Amino acid sequence: METTTTVKVNCYHCGDECRNLPLRFNDKEFCCEGCRLVYEVLQENNLCSYYRFNEKPGISPEQKVEGRFGYLDDASVKKKLVVFDDGKFATVNFYIPKMHCSSCIWLLENLQRINAGVVRSRVNFLNREVNLVFRQDLLSLRQLVELLSMIGYEPVIRLDDLDDRKKAKKDHSVSYKIGIAGFAFGNIMLFSFPEYFSLSDATDPGFKGVFSYINFFLSLPVFFYCSAQFFTSAVRSVNQKFLNIDVPIALGILVMFVRSTYEIFSGTGPGYMDTMAGLVFFMLLGRWFQDKTYKTLSFDRDYKSFFPVSVMVRRQASELAIPLSELRIGDRMLIRSEEIIPADAVLIQGDAFIDYSFVTGESLPVRKANGELLYAGGRQQGGLLEMEVVKEVSQSYLTQLWNNDRYIKKHDDGVFQLLVNRISHYFTFVIVAVAVIALFYWAATGDFPRGWNAFTAVLIIACPCALAISSPFTLGNILRIFGRNRFYLRGYAVIEKLAKVDTVVFDKTGTLTQNERSQISYSGRDLQRKELSMIRSLVSQSTHPLSRMLMAHLDGTAQLGVSGFAEYPGKGIEGHVENTIVRVGSAAFVNAQGFQSNAVDTVVFVALGNEVAGKFSIANSYRTGVRQLANRLRTKGYRTVVLTGDTSGEETSLRSLLGIEAELRFQQSPGDKLAAIQEFQEAGSNVLMVGDGLNDAGALKQSDVGISVSDDINNFSPACDGILDSASFSSLSAILDTATASRRIIIGSFVIALVYNLIGCWFAVQGTLSPVIAAVLMPLSTVTIISFTTGMSNLAAFKSANSL
Amino acid sequence: MSVIFLLILFSLLLAFVFLYAFIWSVRDGQYDDEYTPSVRILFDDEATQQEPASSGQDLNQSNS
Repeated sequence: METTTTVKVNCYHCGDECRNLPLRFNDKEFCCEGCRLVYEVLQENNLCSYYRFNEKPGISPEQKVEGRFGYLDDASVKKKLVVFDDGKFATVNFYIPKMHCSSCIWLLENLQRINAGVVRSRVNFLNREVNLVFRQDLLSLRQLVELLSMIGYEPVIRLDDLDDRKKAKKDHSVSYKIGIAGFAFGNIMLFSFPEYFSLSDATDPGFKGVFSYINFFLSLPVFFYCSAQFFTSAVRSVNQKFLNIDVPIALGILVMFVRSTYEIFSGTGPGYMDTMAGLVFFMLLGRWFQDKTYKTLSFDRDYKSFFPVSVMVRRQASELAIPLSELRIGDRMLIRSEEIIPADAVLIQGDAFIDYSFVTGESLPVRKANGELLYAGGRQQGGLLEMEVVKEVSQSYLTQLWNNDRYIKKHDDGVFQLLVNRISHYFTFVIVAVAVIALFYWAATGDFPRGWNAFTAVLIIACPCALAISSPFTLGNILRIFGRNRFYLRGYAVIEKLAKVDTVVFDKTGTLTQNERSQISYSGRDLQRKELSMIRSLVSQSTHPLSRMLMAHLDGTAQLGVSGFAEYPGKGIEGHVENTIVRVGSAAFVNAQGFQSNAVDTVVFVALGNEVAGKFSIANSYRTGVRQLANRLRTKGYRTVVLTGDTSGEETSLRSLLGIEAELRFQQSPGDKLAAIQEFQEAGSNVLMVGDGLNDAGALKQSDVGISVSDDINNFSPACDGILDSASFSSLSAILDTATASRRIIIGSFVIALVYNLIGCWFAVQGTLSPVIAAVLMPLSTVTIISFTTGMSNLAAFKSANSL
Repeated sequence: MSVIFLLILFSLLLAFVFLYAFIWSVRDGQYDDEYTPSVRILFDDEATQQEPASSGQDLNQSNS
């Protein structure tokens, strides 16, 4: 059995290994006709610099299918996609997740050299978007998409693109606010200089008044525009009867503005406008830092994002592409290889070999016969299928599964669990209490103005700017560090939840194992082609996963008649083929002694007649580092659980990988997995679920933190809290370490912030808080916190990365 | 010393000009994409005409 190729040849265009005989063209090897075609097009148009910026930058184009984009000729579809249209020129934005390097940018921005109909194209690499202006008399929208697909950059057009075209324009208000607050902060400080150095009395007393008024006018936009969000958030939080961090902040800003205004207009003092502007500026910076998460990753995609926009339908002997929403019961739809079945349908004709890994997690495709019902969500692996729709898209099994109420994750609860908000809840009460006590103390001594002074000063100096920014800067920085390690989180609140995790639950298929087809190798005496046909014919009778794997492996051999077939569950199968008894199964079943087998691989023995011919080893392609990861999790005291839809056949290999303490549960349906997570949670555990695919969606949502492992982070992300690139799978324990460390860093920065607050309060309660002290303390504490949190979180990430 | 009021007026005016410039640049979308322009600027306009010798690998022979 030929399993290895002698020389590895990589495609000049896409860099993939050429599996079959490489195509040669212009002294270069190509893995497929598609790659060669792209090269030819680029060469004809003098665009070969594409290959110069990066080596082998190309993408193998999808097999071109005529009429796949026919729906783009539909005027209503076009209207939704095109952003601008004046009859002659049209502008359209496409999302092209396949662009990955500078060569991609270069080629996409030089499209006009391939087709003159393209007027201008501009790439936004971070958003994986291209903005195209094209001449409609030379190029239709469909032709434009076909052009992109032909060179390998097929734009992703999803159903929801068509649903809400009115995408929110990029919101610049945060930038404006930061700019204005920073502008005001700098200028107010300059105009406060005479005050800081007590120059005003020595020189011209006229400055004092003028500068104060300038400060007042500069602070107006800060108070009314820049800090508006703190007030709305504070009001909302008071309405919800939970005082978040914005309450003391809003209180502080308000008191500062009112008192400063009073002082300026009564001529009693310079006010605290500089402190206020600085505070708003730093806090807006913190918010901005915190909001800079990975906007290009969408965590809230639903099933619609994975369905195609259109489907080919046969009507009156003609084939046409119709939008999915127009698919009706009774329609004959045509599904090609690698397409997802969008609605439950009955197979009319075709060689159906359906991969349901998207729905069930079972990686082996199943063969379906004509007349069988095919559920939506399966991906066809064979040829063209024709089927009749029995349920509309919105009624299908997959859609029902998705819309199940249990699967809707509650996201808003995260805010109240945040450490900073729990602390600020009490913080506010303490601050107000201190301020009131100071007021009454001085009032009792008869010095009411001083009491008033102390009261406002406490509220001003206690304004928890440092407290408020410690969390976003720590978590924002950790988020960025994770991002560099190809781990992307929905938001910063997830990190705090990660820190509390004590139980790690894994899905098996696709998470611990790789999604690629399992490697099968044979050892034993050489088998004739005839004998291979005999084995294949026998295993084709069985529905056991291992039989299916063997059958797929031996594809291409002849099908022979089988008589007397018998299946012994848990042992093997036997039957007569061409008058020879063929037995396939465990070592005991075929009486095989003397054959070595290791613990990790699943082994199937084959006996022809009375002779044991050899064995097929089916390697479980577990991800690299699973064993080390399990070891580290165990030593750190995490409880490890594996929930799998598979049978217990691989228990021994799983045990050897994960250790004896690991809890293994087999034959778990998506519902069972969800129930298992609930069971752990009811027992008081904080559960981290690591899974993939839609079949885990329920469990991912139910768990405290749900992480989806994906080979292509742009490709598939069911509703989860984070996406982990499969290449970084083994660094999961380092990620948990870093999350735990971040919690300690935040607590540490809270302590620092509180020390600054105490110092300020010391002056404040005595009524001796001068604007200079406030103006020094506020930026000083802020800078301390920012450097402490970013420095410590980088250190923590560095340490846990090195501990691997 | 009253000349200082005039200077302050000018300095504030200048500061407002810069604030306006900032707001204009944000509105113009200069901060929307912070990565692509840095790559774009390195592309030659006539990249295919010249053949700058790239290190070792001759990837341009296809142009001949």
